[in-house]
Amino acid sequence: MSQQRRQFLQRTGILAAGIVAGLCKPLLALAATWNKDAFGAKTVADALKGLGAMGAVPSTAIVIEAPQIAENGAVVPVEVTSNLPGTTSMAVLVEKNPFPLAGKFDFREGALPYAKLNVKMGETADLRVIAWAGGKTFVATKEVKVTIGGCGG
Amino acid sequence: MAAGPMRMRATQGAGFTDVRVLMTHPMETGQRKDADGKIVPLHFIQNVTVKLNGKVVVEAETSQAVSRNPVFSFRIKGGAKGDKIEVSWLDNKGESTSIESAVA
Repeated sequence: MSQQRRQFLQRTGILAAGIVAGLCKPLLALAATWNKDAFGAKTVADALKGLGAMGAVPSTAIVIEAPQIAENGAVVPVEVTSNLPGTTSMAVLVEKNPFPLAGKFDFREGALPYAKLNVKMGETADLRVIAWAGGKTFVATKEVKVTIGGCGG
Repeated sequence: MAAGPMRMRATQGAGFTDVRVLMTHPMETGQRKDADGKIVPLHFIQNVTVKLNGKVVVEAETSQAVSRNPVFSFRIKGGAKGDKIEVSWLDNKGESTSIESAVA
């Protein structure tokens, strides 16, 4: 290989690396945080570990509104409210789903610790709601019976 | 089905503003098979952000367990008529959409 060709290859290599780095930066800046460990967990225990909510204390101050019997597991309405003072976040888990964690909500100043969403449920299971308040974690559960599962098959 | 437009309504409640938002998104679980028996790849919304007058008030991370064409409700303390509410989402393929409307 000639000296010129070697230099050319080196330079283009550096240039390409620069282009890639330049292109990647704005993409990374766009990407918001997503807790891969917690959302990728296949068991409730692992999801709670990923969330850092292993020792959650049962609390009646977390209110879960969901149907007792859901005919269609593809759309199960869930409404969660925390009456715990200083609630900063809440998470919704569906215990028997392939990936239990459905969502985590961070409430900043100006928002009430409340969220309503529709989740998919593969089968009859407990909904588990975690709330973070005053540096501690709390939990409440509610069973939803599912007639037709909603995870597709 | 591809991701599509959003709809939002922000109304004043008793001491809070109720923000209801509808997103058009397939929310594929990565477990469903299409007509040819091929698995439809994961495609779901990962982040939802709610802003009040440009300030973030709710940040949500979501999974494929959220139903197709997601509907969310959030509550913002107080809120006056004309306050601007913006909701945006970002999915696992980097697609995103946002909507802005004023409190009615």
